[in-house]
Amino acid sequence: MSEGKATKTKQLSHITKIDIQQLILRGRVFLALIIVITVFALLSPGFLNIANLIIMSKHVAIFAILGIGMTFVILSAGIDLSVGSIVGLSAMIAGGLINEGIQLPQFGVIIYPNAWMVIIITLLVGILMGAINGIVITRFKVAPFIATLGMLYIARGFAGLRNNGYTFSNIIGKAEFGNTGFDKLGASTFLGLDYSIWIMLVFGLVAYFVTTRLPFGRHVYALGGNRRAAALSGVRTNRTVTIVYMISGLCSAMVGLIIASQLVAAHPATGDSFELTAIAAVVLGGTSLMGGRGSIGGTIIGAFVIGVLSDGLVILGFSTFLQKIIKGIVIVGAVVIDQIQIGMQERIALQRQELK
Amino acid sequence: MIKSSTVNNLSYPDTGVIMRTENITKVFPGTVALNQVNYKIYKGKINVLVGENGAGKSTLMKILVGNEQYTKGRVILEGEDIHVRSPQDASRHGISIIYQELDLCPNMSIAENIFLAREVVHNGIIDKKMQQHLAHGLIQRLEHKINPSTLVGDLRIGAQQIVAIAKALSQNAQILVMDEPTSALNTAEVKVLFRLIYELKSKGITIVYISHKLDEILQIGDCITVLRDGSIVAEEAVKNVDMHWIIEKMIGRKLEALFTHKEHKIGETLFRVEDITLPRVGGGYVVNHASFDLHKGEILGIYGLKGAGRSEMFECLIGANPRATGKIWLGDQDIGGYTTLKRIQAGLVLVPEDRQRDGLVLTLSVAHNMILASLKKYLDRFGLFLVSNKEKKAVNASIKELSIRVADPKNPVVSLSGGNQQKVVVAKGLLTSPKVLMLDEPTRGIDVGAKHEIFEIMEDLAEQGYGVLFVSSELKEILAMSDRILVMSKGTITGEFTREEANEAKLIDALVLGNGLKNKNVNNKQEVK
Repeated sequence: MSEGKATKTKQLSHITKIDIQQLILRGRVFLALIIVITVFALLSPGFLNIANLIIMSKHVAIFAILGIGMTFVILSAGIDLSVGSIVGLSAMIAGGLINEGIQLPQFGVIIYPNAWMVIIITLLVGILMGAINGIVITRFKVAPFIATLGMLYIARGFAGLRNNGYTFSNIIGKAEFGNTGFDKLGASTFLGLDYSIWIMLVFGLVAYFVTTRLPFGRHVYALGGNRRAAALSGVRTNRTVTIVYMISGLCSAMVGLIIASQLVAAHPATGDSFELTAIAAVVLGGTSLMGGRGSIGGTIIGAFVIGVLSDGLVILGFSTFLQKIIKGIVIVGAVVIDQIQIGMQERIALQRQELK
Repeated sequence: MIKSSTVNNLSYPDTGVIMRTENITKVFPGTVALNQVNYKIYKGKINVLVGENGAGKSTLMKILVGNEQYTKGRVILEGEDIHVRSPQDASRHGISIIYQELDLCPNMSIAENIFLAREVVHNGIIDKKMQQHLAHGLIQRLEHKINPSTLVGDLRIGAQQIVAIAKALSQNAQILVMDEPTSALNTAEVKVLFRLIYELKSKGITIVYISHKLDEILQIGDCITVLRDGSIVAEEAVKNVDMHWIIEKMIGRKLEALFTHKEHKIGETLFRVEDITLPRVGGGYVVNHASFDLHKGEILGIYGLKGAGRSEMFECLIGANPRATGKIWLGDQDIGGYTTLKRIQAGLVLVPEDRQRDGLVLTLSVAHNMILASLKKYLDRFGLFLVSNKEKKAVNASIKELSIRVADPKNPVVSLSGGNQQKVVVAKGLLTSPKVLMLDEPTRGIDVGAKHEIFEIMEDLAEQGYGVLFVSSELKEILAMSDRILVMSKGTITGEFTREEANEAKLIDALVLGNGLKNKNVNNKQEVK
C-alpha cells in the first residue's frame, strides 16, 4: 500500500497535460457524480440537507447492492437478467414465511421462523436461484443471456404463484408466534443511517476485498478477460462462474428483503426491470460488458449517479418521461466516453514513445 | 534500430513505382509496429515482401488496404497522396488484398461472394442472373471452370483462392496483395496459383506477394523487400539474391549465432506418457497412441508441422481435453485422472502456442498475468487474502530472472512486445514451481533477440534439472536445441532420434512417413528405433 502511494507521488512530480486528461477520464464517473450533485444543489436549495441525502442514499442502496452482484457477473463476461425477478421472489418468500409460516400438514403444525431465520432462508433461496443459473450456464452450455432470461420468467412466475398474485400485506409478524421484528430491517437506523445503507457499505467493502485481494476475485477477472487462458492456468472456470451467479442471487435476495421490509408488504411485481438499472450502474461505473475490466467502487459510484439523477429530477419536477430520456442519454454517453478513452490511450502511448 | 537510410536504393530503369509509402509509422500501445517505412511497389512486377513474424508485414499491408490507419506518414499512389480509410476506399483506388485466411463466406455461393457488398441490383432487387453471368466471365478469365452458383464451402481451398482472386479482379484491382497465399495449398495447387500469378502479371497487374517460403519467393519474385523489427532493411532485385542473403537480412545475423547449446546432465526419468489418444470427430485420431518419456534436465524436441497433433497432445497432457485417454506419470505419481489444476500442482506446466488466445489475459496487467496460475502461494497465513508484498516479490524476481523488459509490472500486458509477452507466459508457468515445462512453439512470432533469450532460458531450466518438452516446426530450431527429438506427423510419433544421429534429412523422412500407409508406418518406426 505504502509503495503504491510512493509511486503516485512520484507520478505527480512530473504531471503533464496528458496525465491530467487521463485522470479526468479515469475518474469521470466520480466527476459525473460531483457535477450532478452540484447542479442539483444549485437548482434546489434543500437538496444538500442531511435528511434528503440519507433518503437518496436509501434509494441508491438498492441499486448499488444489485450492482455489486451484477459487477461480478459482468466481470466474468456474463450477464444476469434474472436479478429483478429474484428480488420479487425473495420478497414473496419472506412475506409468506412471516404471514403463513412453513406449513407441514402431515404433522398438523405450522412453523413460524423468527425474523433472523426468515432472512437466512430467503438469502439461501436467492443463492439457490443463482446456483441454478450458474449450473445451467456451465454444465449445459447455455448462453448467460438465455439462461438468465429463462430465470427472469421462472422466478417471476413463482413469485406470483406464491400467493396467487396477491400481496402479502402487513408483514410484521405476531408476538405470540415469536416472529416479529422483520420490519426493523427496513425502518431502523444505526448512527443515523438506515440499515440498508449499512448493508450497501458492508456488501461493497466485502466485494471490494473479494475482487482485489482474494484469488477468487482474480479468477473472475481472468476468466472474463480470457477464459481459455484462465482454464489452462488452472482456474476452475465452471465453479467460479457458478459462484459468480450465486453472489448475484444473494445480492438480489438481500434487496428483496430490504424492499419487503421497507414497505412492510411483499408484492409479486417487486423489482420489475431492476436488472436494467443494475446493469446501467455497472456500465456507468466503467465495467466493460466484454468482461475482465471494471471495479466495485465504480459500480457504487455509478449507482449513486443514477440514484441522485432520478431523485434530483423528481425534486425539480421533471416528468417521468423526461427523466427516462435523460437517464438514457447519460448511460449511452458514459460508454461513448469509454470508447474515447481507449482511443486516447493509444494516442498517449504514441506520444510517450516519441518522448523517449 | 536500423536506419532506413542504409537501404541501398534499387531502381528499375524499365518500370516505375506505382505506389509508395513515405515515412509510415504505426504505433500500437506499447510497441512501434512500423518505424518510418519507405516502401516501394514497382508497377507490373511481382513485389515480394518478407520478414519474420512480427516484423510488421501484416501491419504494413493492412495500412495499404485500409484495414489499419497509420499514425504518421504518407501513402502515394501514382504520384498522388491518398488516404485509404477502409477496404472500400482501397478497392476504389484499385488495391485489393487476398488474405491468408480467405475472407469468403462459406455459406454463400461463388457469385454472391464475389459481389458481396457490391451486389448487382436492378430496381433495388439483386439481379441474380447478371451476377452469375459476370462471375462466370471472371472465372473464365482465370481459365477455370466452376459453376458460379456452387457454395464456397463446398470448394477445395485452391478453388476458393480462385474465387478470392476473381473477387479482387471484379473490383478492377491494379494492385493485388497476396498474404501467404500458398500456406494452405499442396504442391500441385501452388503450381496452378503461380501460373495464375504470371497471367495476372502479363495483364499488367501489380502483385505484392507476402510469404515466408523462401524457395517460392526466389522462384516467383521480381523484387524483394525485407522488413525487420518494423523497418525496411533491404530492397533488391530477386535475381541478385539467394536464400542466405534473405535469411541474413531477415534475422539480422548469421543463423548459427542464434542458438546456444550447453552440455547439461541428464538424470532419471521424470515424466512418462503412454498411449495418449485423442479420437478425431468423424473417425481417425488427432493424437494416435503417443508414448514417450522425458528425463530430468533433458530438452526433448517434438518436430512436426502445424496440425500434426502436437498442440492437441500438449492439451491432453495438461488435462484440457476430456476426450483424451492414456496414462501419464510425473515421477511416481499417476496424474492421468487429474484435472488441469491438479496437474499444475503436481508440477506440469504448459506454455501454449497462441499466447494471446490461450496464454494471457489481455485485460490484466503484467503482474496479474504472471501470478495467475500460482495465486495460492501469495496468501496470508489464514489462507484467505492475497498479500501484495508476496506478489510483488515473486513478480520482480521473475522479471529479473527472465530479464523481461517492462517499465512497470502494473502496465497492461498488451503493452509488451511479443517476445516479452512470451516471457510473461513462461514466468507464469515457472511460478507454479513445475518439474516439467511444455513449450508449444515458444518462439512463434517473436523477434530474433527474444528468440535467442527464450533458448537461453530453456537451456538454463534444463541445467537446473527441469524436464523441458518443446514443440517446433522449425527444423533448425529443433536440431540445435534438443537433446532428443521426436517427430510427429498426422497424430503419430513417427521417429525418435538422439541429438547425435539427427539431421534434417532424417527428420523430414520421418515426417513423410506419417503421410504414408499406416502399417508401413509401424515397421519404419521400429527401424528408426
